[in-house]
Amino acid sequence: MKNFLSTFGVWIVAAIVAACLPQLFGSGLALTSMSLMGMMIIFSLSYNMLLGQTGLLSFGHAVFFGLGGFFCVHAMNDVAAGKLPVPLIVVPLAGAAAGLVFGALLGWVSTRRGGTAFSMITLGIGELVASSALILRHFFGGEEGVTTNRTDLAPLFGLNFGPQLQVYYLIAAWCLVSVAAMYALTRTPFGRICNAVRDNPERAAFIGYDPQAVRFLSFTLSGLFAGIAGALAAINFEIMNAGQLGAAQSGAVILMVFIGGVGTFAGPIIGAILVTYLQVALSDVTDAWQLYFGLLFIGMVMFVPEGIAGLLLRQQPLLRERQLHRVVPFYALALLAGLVTIAGLSLAIEMANRLTAHAGDGPKMAFLHVPLNATSVLPWAIAAVLLVGGGWLFLRAARASRNAYDTALAASLAAALAHRSNA
Amino acid sequence: MLEILFISTLNGVLYGMLLFLMASGLTVIFSMMGVLNFAHASFYMLGAFFGFEISRRIGFWPGLVVAPLLVGAIGMAIERYGLRRVHRHGHVAELLFTFGLTFVIQEGVEMVWGKLPVDYRVPPSLDFPAFTAFSTNYPAFKMFELLTAIAIFAVLLLVVRRTRIGLIVQAALTHPGMVGMLGHNVDRIFMLVFGVGAGLAAVAGVIAGPALVTQSNMAGLLGPILFVVVVVGGLGSLGGAFLASLLIGLLQTFAVASNASLAGLLGPLSPSAKQQVFLADIWNVTVAQVAPILPYLLLVLILIFRPRGLMGRRES
Repeated sequence: MKNFLSTFGVWIVAAIVAACLPQLFGSGLALTSMSLMGMMIIFSLSYNMLLGQTGLLSFGHAVFFGLGGFFCVHAMNDVAAGKLPVPLIVVPLAGAAAGLVFGALLGWVSTRRGGTAFSMITLGIGELVASSALILRHFFGGEEGVTTNRTDLAPLFGLNFGPQLQVYYLIAAWCLVSVAAMYALTRTPFGRICNAVRDNPERAAFIGYDPQAVRFLSFTLSGLFAGIAGALAAINFEIMNAGQLGAAQSGAVILMVFIGGVGTFAGPIIGAILVTYLQVALSDVTDAWQLYFGLLFIGMVMFVPEGIAGLLLRQQPLLRERQLHRVVPFYALALLAGLVTIAGLSLAIEMANRLTAHAGDGPKMAFLHVPLNATSVLPWAIAAVLLVGGGWLFLRAARASRNAYDTALAASLAAALAHRSNA
Repeated sequence: MLEILFISTLNGVLYGMLLFLMASGLTVIFSMMGVLNFAHASFYMLGAFFGFEISRRIGFWPGLVVAPLLVGAIGMAIERYGLRRVHRHGHVAELLFTFGLTFVIQEGVEMVWGKLPVDYRVPPSLDFPAFTAFSTNYPAFKMFELLTAIAIFAVLLLVVRRTRIGLIVQAALTHPGMVGMLGHNVDRIFMLVFGVGAGLAAVAGVIAGPALVTQSNMAGLLGPILFVVVVVGGLGSLGGAFLASLLIGLLQTFAVASNASLAGLLGPLSPSAKQQVFLADIWNVTVAQVAPILPYLLLVLILIFRPRGLMGRRES
């Protein structure tokens, strides 16, 4: 029983949480965001199969997302036109098949080389597919895309998947299955060999595995899961257009995975949830939200390259030996200073935005409900003080946190050793 | 026919030289630091917008000098305070850092200048036809672009081949450790090269801006093609980058000027009505419409048949 729980406990809890979430957040906006999160979790985990597990930095992963979506849309339209007895719940398999086939096809070209060359090839192929999509109008529908109607398919147990709530459950179910499958994949010998190819392709070759073949397999499987994510997007939005397989979508998945953390399995999940939430929340508040994302991304790359999950993981030994209290005050200080810096930065960005892009609306604006005039000196001075002062304090606090972390880690290692020698 | 041939060749060489102005910096930065600078096309865009802003206030000629210097300084600052810091986290982090920069620069440009094209005009002193070939007036500004690009290319070649600085840069490409031992500040050399590369891209922006469209998406449109140039030419090879720039410049210009399609070419052999539904797109598309994807097709072909590029030496 204990063994069963330790293996499947996490998945059971995840299933229960996914089932209960609509009870907690039942609003229309919450449901659409959670559906979006579900497909983005699959998409970013599939991307991490490449970047995190196999060490392949791809700049064209949205190709499989988009193709999966387009094939799914066409499958739905064909099923509806032919009145075939195929329920909506199995239609994502069409996306998976498309992802698999195109993953194999494009993987054959792109996985011949690793490293930087691979990145550029994927970039080129991504552009190739995205531009071709605008030429092949019959399949991709040109600029306006291809639409579908998910309620035209045969209902299953009386469910026609019209309401967003039913679609959420469909996405949640596919998300759970895909996440479990991808996790299981990391535990297989194949998953381990992927890690070996990532860390040292030469040695992997010496123990008898062809790195190119491993990269190819990983690429293909990653395409399969990205195809599922795209199919779910097609079901959710009931429309696919060429933008879904372009550079912006490929960039978004890199953002999610890297902010979440590439080194751990859970990282991309955290990243997908956080970035999707920020996208929904920020795009409501400011139209410069993409600038914030760019800055957040650069900040993560510069200061926290292991991502949020990596940062959390580093606290684990402290938690185990009850040393966390040594570092928490420093973290709180760094967090506070960071928030002050962000406030100063966003005040400056918003005022600049008002004076340039929205010059027609006049200099009077509100920031966090405080009315101010963007042409007067005072708010700019406040922004500068917050930015410089907060930034300076943040760098100091970050250094102090690092030192505190090192001493606490040493203390917890010593405590762990003492436990072991006593026992 | 001869007219199209002549004008297209001229335009193709011009486009190729502009590509080379950027690709040269990109490939040198790559072979020195091992980092592929995603933001390189963004420097080109910054050059164009700075040039526009300066030409609006002072004039085109000061812009041609000041804008590249400004962008070069920005590039050096980015190398000094950003890239060097990220360097210890490895190549992936460096690549992603420059990738994030493209976002920030694009958003910044959109915030200041908006998403619509700006009115960046050819300076009046160059706004006349240089010569009339057959019946087409060839604008003087395009000749000026071509000559500027060739002049910079010649100066670059001289500096790299004939001067002491060029010697040190060449040595630092392959043996940075040894160059450091000999008492040169390798970090500063890297910073300088990065700045010069950014400045060269900005020159391309200043002179291409009035002829092409100066808009916030110009970096996104050009960036991938630059990468194609660098890969097709062979990573880290200046000669290869030159060849590939001209090749792609000519390829695209000629494709745009051509109106051929499979349907026209194989007229009587067109597929039956039933097949036509599926093949209509491929059948009727003209070469001009396919022009944007030709560089990427070339990339895929090169990778299949000659993975190290036209003149590359390394496999990885």
